[in-house]
Amino acid sequence: MIRLPIDPSLPHLLAAPILLPLATAALMLLIGEQRRRTKAVMNLVSTGFGLLLALGLLVWIDHVDKTAAFGVYLPGNWPVPFGIVLVLDRLSALMLVLTAIVASAVVVYATARWQHGGVYFHVLFQLQLMGLYGAFLTADLFNLFVFFEVLLAASYGLLLHGGGSARVRAGLHYIAINLVASLLLLIGVAAIYAVAGTLNMADIAHKLPLLPESDRGLLYAAATMLAVAFLAKAAAWPLNFWLPPAYAAASAPAAAMFAILTKVGIYAILRLWSLCFPNAPGALPPFGQEVLIWSGLATLGCGAIGMLASQTLGRFAGFSVIASSGTLLAAIGLAQTRLTGGALYYLASSTLAACALYLLVELIDRIREIAAIEEGFDDGGDDLRPFDTPALPEGSNLDDSEQVLTGRPLPAALAFLGLGFGTCALLIAGLPPLSGFVGKFTMLSVLVDGDLRAWALFAMLLISGLLATIGLIRAGMRHFWAGATRSSPRIHLFESLPLAFLLGICVLLTLRAETTLRYTQATARALHSPQLYVEAVLSARPVPPPRSSEPRVDQELPP
Amino acid sequence: MEIVVSMAIGVMGGAGVWLVLRPRTFQVLIGLSLLSYAVNLFIFSVGSLSTGKEPIVKPGLPADLTNYTDPLPQSLVLTAIVIGFATTALFLVVLLALRGLSGGDHVDGREEQP
Repeated sequence: MIRLPIDPSLPHLLAAPILLPLATAALMLLIGEQRRRTKAVMNLVSTGFGLLLALGLLVWIDHVDKTAAFGVYLPGNWPVPFGIVLVLDRLSALMLVLTAIVASAVVVYATARWQHGGVYFHVLFQLQLMGLYGAFLTADLFNLFVFFEVLLAASYGLLLHGGGSARVRAGLHYIAINLVASLLLLIGVAAIYAVAGTLNMADIAHKLPLLPESDRGLLYAAATMLAVAFLAKAAAWPLNFWLPPAYAAASAPAAAMFAILTKVGIYAILRLWSLCFPNAPGALPPFGQEVLIWSGLATLGCGAIGMLASQTLGRFAGFSVIASSGTLLAAIGLAQTRLTGGALYYLASSTLAACALYLLVELIDRIREIAAIEEGFDDGGDDLRPFDTPALPEGSNLDDSEQVLTGRPLPAALAFLGLGFGTCALLIAGLPPLSGFVGKFTMLSVLVDGDLRAWALFAMLLISGLLATIGLIRAGMRHFWAGATRSSPRIHLFESLPLAFLLGICVLLTLRAETTLRYTQATARALHSPQLYVEAVLSARPVPPPRSSEPRVDQELPP
Repeated sequence: MEIVVSMAIGVMGGAGVWLVLRPRTFQVLIGLSLLSYAVNLFIFSVGSLSTGKEPIVKPGLPADLTNYTDPLPQSLVLTAIVIGFATTALFLVVLLALRGLSGGDHVDGREEQP
């Protein structure tokens, strides 16, 4: 049993990431449909406070104990296997911080323009945050389903934000797929309850090795149902055809927020599989790892081919999310401690990069819109441009169409977008020197010592990196080099700040790679010794009621 | 009783899957509803089927499933019904919006032009 030197007020902070967005959303609903500025400020403040909270929890969990640290909170003060439990460990702290970073960037971006696209943007955004934080914190299987539904219901609204035929059509597919996946999740949860008689994840992990042989079949069926539901949400091949059109149709802030939604599926699989089917003596035989590896490899291949084939940047971003999911699934399936550590670092880097890319997609599309307007589609002849040719300065360098090459100013906004796109490309393709490369290299260095499956992942990582590079170079040439007019898009300050923030954090991840990798490796070690988690949760005791010297009033009442 | 309940789950589940795979949106909606009924019935049945038993432990009797019925699946199914109902309503709204925007009720395709 692990005794933590906990400040007595601190355990209550574990519930704060869930309660804060819930309270904010409720307050916003009370304000009504008007007062968008007030709601934007509330959203900004609440999200920023959530980021501070998540960072605080991360720092705390990292400093408590070097081997395994858990914060366990019993919201209803019921004894452990009966009540709902919130558990903070290194993995959930990492996911909380990632969510908070993405959310902060997105909310600032949305205040520039997109918040005007619909009435309930801020409310839905906060509810989505609540679902995400809850899914990462809860240690109860049914509660996980409830938080999944909260975040999905909010994501349906966010996907439709802005309206339009394309969004509604994509939204219909997205809702139908996710409803079916949720029903599968429910079947899995119910069957797990039928087998184990409990819904607490730690208690399930504790009871599974004691199961009689006759119940194993139902357990494996339940685990398969759960896995199919999580894999559909994590966009594993062949359950991922909904993702690129849905994410490409969503408004930029919604799509950027969705970059973390697939990671919830990954998180759930990592959590449940490391708890229930660990590679440890005395545990159940490994189940489903092969399927995870090969479906991960297929997903990675699907993402890589999709990146090469996609014609628009929005679809490219969708396939890059799929490729990142595939890498993570295969790494989880291989279940080696050092590999998982590298994969978690890659998860952080790729989530931030995908979020930044989705924000960039809209800004880059704005260049093309402006160029289209300037070239004039409906040029009826009454608005001809004057033929004047200004006198060229001496010794000018001319390009093919006799235009001056030197001395033409590159608009600042265009330079910023180009720089952002280049950084994003390095991160997504996993090229040196940024964090995408560090994550991939960490995984590759472990995979070298592996068997055939490890080598397959090794090869797929390199090939997908190459295909991503080709796709990104093509997109960059089309958008930044080939344009005949160098028209500068108007970019709001609040649209460039989050982009710089996200890419700056990726640079920080690169500069502080050793610290981050030390953290993710400690996370992986804790994940691969699940008995620590089980002991920490099962040994949590409810807080005894306060003892008062006077007898309680209700005991004096006549029955 | 087990055979009746499992047949009901099976029939509703089968009909639901068939309807979800149909091309028109209203069929998908009904299919999703049927599927969620099947799943709710399934959750209800995992807590051991019995008639005339209360989910209350009586004093003097040992608290096992021969003397009372498990209350947890009932509370789970209640949550699942509420959530399923809300999401189905949302799906209905999107269905109507799509009908208004595209003029057809196809999930993926288009109405054939004569």
